[in-house]
Amino acid sequence: MRTPFFVLILTAIAAALYAAFHSIGNDYLFFAGYTVLQYIVLATAWNILGGYCGYVNFGSAGFFAIGVYSTVCLYTIGQSVEDVFPQFLVAPMQLIFPLPLPALIVVGGAVSGLVGLGMGYLTLRLRGVFFAIATLALAVVLETLIVNWEFVGGSRGAYVIPPNEIPVFGPYIDFLFALMLILVVVSLTVARLIERSKLGVGFATIRDDELAAEATGVPTLRLKLIATVLSGALFGMAGAPFPYYIGYVEPGSAFNLSYAVNSIAMPMIGGTTFWAGPMIGAVLLSTLQQVVTVTVSSAVNLLITGLLLIGFVIIAPRGIVGLWQDWMRRRAERAKGATPAAGAEGTPA
Amino acid sequence: MEVSFDLLINAIIAGLMLGGFYAAVTAGVSISFGMLDIVNIAHPGFIILGSYIAYIVNTSLGLDPIVVSILALPAFYALGSIVYEVYYRSFEKHGQDSLRGLAFFFGLLFVTEVILNLVFGVDYRSVDAPYIGGSLSIGAMEFPYRMLVPCIVALAMFAGLQIYLSRTFIGRAVMAVSQDPQALQLMAVDPIRIKRIAFSISLATASLAGAFLVIIQPVIPSAGRDYIGRVFAICVLGGLGSLPGTLIAALLLGVIESITATFYGPSWAPAVAFGLLLLTLAVRPSGLLGR
Amino acid sequence: MTKAKSAPLLHIEQLGKRFGGFVALDGVDLEVANGERLGLIGPNGSGKSTLVNCICGTLQNETGSVTFNGEKLDGMVAHERTHRGLARSFQLPRPFRSMSVAENIRVPLLYTVNARSRSHLSHREIDERCMELLTLVSLHDKARKSPADLTQVEMRKLELARAMAADPKLLIADESMAGLSHSEVEDIVALLLRMNEHGVTIIMIEHIMRAVMAFSQRLAVLVSGKKIADGNPEDVIKDKEVVGAYLGT
Repeated sequence: MRTPFFVLILTAIAAALYAAFHSIGNDYLFFAGYTVLQYIVLATAWNILGGYCGYVNFGSAGFFAIGVYSTVCLYTIGQSVEDVFPQFLVAPMQLIFPLPLPALIVVGGAVSGLVGLGMGYLTLRLRGVFFAIATLALAVVLETLIVNWEFVGGSRGAYVIPPNEIPVFGPYIDFLFALMLILVVVSLTVARLIERSKLGVGFATIRDDELAAEATGVPTLRLKLIATVLSGALFGMAGAPFPYYIGYVEPGSAFNLSYAVNSIAMPMIGGTTFWAGPMIGAVLLSTLQQVVTVTVSSAVNLLITGLLLIGFVIIAPRGIVGLWQDWMRRRAERAKGATPAAGAEGTPA
Repeated sequence: MEVSFDLLINAIIAGLMLGGFYAAVTAGVSISFGMLDIVNIAHPGFIILGSYIAYIVNTSLGLDPIVVSILALPAFYALGSIVYEVYYRSFEKHGQDSLRGLAFFFGLLFVTEVILNLVFGVDYRSVDAPYIGGSLSIGAMEFPYRMLVPCIVALAMFAGLQIYLSRTFIGRAVMAVSQDPQALQLMAVDPIRIKRIAFSISLATASLAGAFLVIIQPVIPSAGRDYIGRVFAICVLGGLGSLPGTLIAALLLGVIESITATFYGPSWAPAVAFGLLLLTLAVRPSGLLGR
Repeated sequence: MTKAKSAPLLHIEQLGKRFGGFVALDGVDLEVANGERLGLIGPNGSGKSTLVNCICGTLQNETGSVTFNGEKLDGMVAHERTHRGLARSFQLPRPFRSMSVAENIRVPLLYTVNARSRSHLSHREIDERCMELLTLVSLHDKARKSPADLTQVEMRKLELARAMAADPKLLIADESMAGLSHSEVEDIVALLLRMNEHGVTIIMIEHIMRAVMAFSQRLAVLVSGKKIADGNPEDVIKDKEVVGAYLGT
């Protein structure tokens, strides 16, 4: 399928989904749906570096929070233009601020992508394990910085008050939901484009064998930096609308460990080598989490997530997509008939 | 001026005692990551598990937390054997796939935390022991016993590990296993068995480290996360696989953190370890790669 | 060998490399002329692999210099050297395991051949070139297989084909025949000779003397990080120092 066609179909599905939600007209549905969509973006973002290149990022929460706090920062500036800027700049700045949400998303993505670039320069020359550990470090360093940064609320947190209504969309949550749908379309398109391009081949060589990749002419460091920047930017973009969604941001919620866990668990459960894998994982897992949180408790929901992650990496290392591919292959073989010798697998059924 | 000098001296002393404790926390990872090349990021989770075991037995039976942790050593050793067996069968045997191995340990860390959360809730838990509260004063220098006792036991444990690894046959085999598994096979030693033993020992240290932690400060289930960065910073800074290096790095980090907390406020302390780790990774990559 | 007055393709001068206290390369000089077939031998641990790694940029030399095609390579990373026409095969084959045999060959076509300014292959041309190379090493009927399904000798052939796909001026074959049977060794030697006929200069690093003697126009010997002999293969293997080094180890 050609890419423009793919984008068209995806957009049509997104529009249909929005229309369906809108006609039901239940706010809770939009709130829950927003979370699922947000996780699709996070899981896809993680997978660009983790699934395609084989570099584990434990610092997803950090990159997400960069997006969150760039919005908080710009919002706060917008609230106090007179105090922040010198006199002669106040008037022009009042024209610019408050920035519209789409602009905030772009800024969040840019800042987060830049941090990814810097981080990559520091650590991507090392073995993958060191990168993974460094990403853990990054999240904590960032959280400490934010906790100590009074302008964005420090450890107390900050209120970001969204307008109640917005033209065309109606309730503000509808608008947020629509924006997140667009981000989903963007991230899935990016992932699929990578997969089908030269870049995807290069990423796969890095995952398989970095030494051999270099020897065959793949500029591994540059490709890893591209992956880190793309991945970081998508994380940041997913984080930027979050303050408007939640209304009150504090470091504990922006840097919540469940972002790090989910953005690893979802691609692992869905499947890391196919663009739809992270989406499948995100939809299943976050829907399950919402149901369990409502019906049982949020602690139990985290437990299930952790156990599923462990279970999948041990039992089904290629995720749901892998299970499905295996099943299809077996079915094709059975359709070909006459494969009695294949009993070595143990379960001929 | 004099006041701040006393402050500095006491910050350094507190830092050294903290460093001794950090050494105990890191010992396990120094073995698993440094010597066996198993990136057990779940180790801090097991340390917190150790803290809670010390807490339960201490509050119900009144046993000393350190005694409890010594009694629990076999259980932690067994847990280590199980974890290694799963890790080996699922990941190590097939080689290459470090991605999933990392995810596995990350999952373990997370699950341990969540289970503790479900059982004990998010409140701070602490233990009772006769040495908690008092302190030894020498001139202007203060040695709170709750820091001093864990530090001394930690150093003893550390010395014991070092002697075990350098003097016994199995200990030497552990040191050799990462460098030359083939040589071990020639000596008719099964490298897998050696790795399992070493990993089990590394996990057993979590029992003691957990008791030290809960003596030093009250714990919550998520406390483990604060130690991931410290542990790996120390491990990397000290040079992978070297226990003496680990000890020096631990003391160094303890002092730097303590001084930072004293003069800039405790809210900056967590960033110290991670900043140090990032700095080490960025500045000395060749030293880290040269294995 | 024709005595060409022109500059050598590869010129190595006083190359040195240590690992901690261990001196792996101790001032090695070596020249390889365009179109030449050089054999490089030496006992285990003599520094052959380190030499290859330093030439190809997998490791960086500490002293001395590597000049290739008139250009100094020191400080360049591996892929930049590959782009300039240096290709290698690995001693233990390192195929990209998640890709098919044909996809393995595509990587250097995409990332090396197409990275050079003078050439840009279309998708169709890449596919054609893949099949040509696979036919050259007679793996064309395994194009869609996974590397895991290949035999030892097929794996070595894939390794060589992938190196050749980068369209190199110089190919370094690092122990491509270790562990192969008699007829398989002959197979690989014939393959390397064919590649040489296509105009590729080849350095063959090998323990199997039969193969080295059949292949090489010139023979160099490395012992303890030093080159102790370099010249006509027949003469070199009779050299006292060489014989001593081999018997001594």
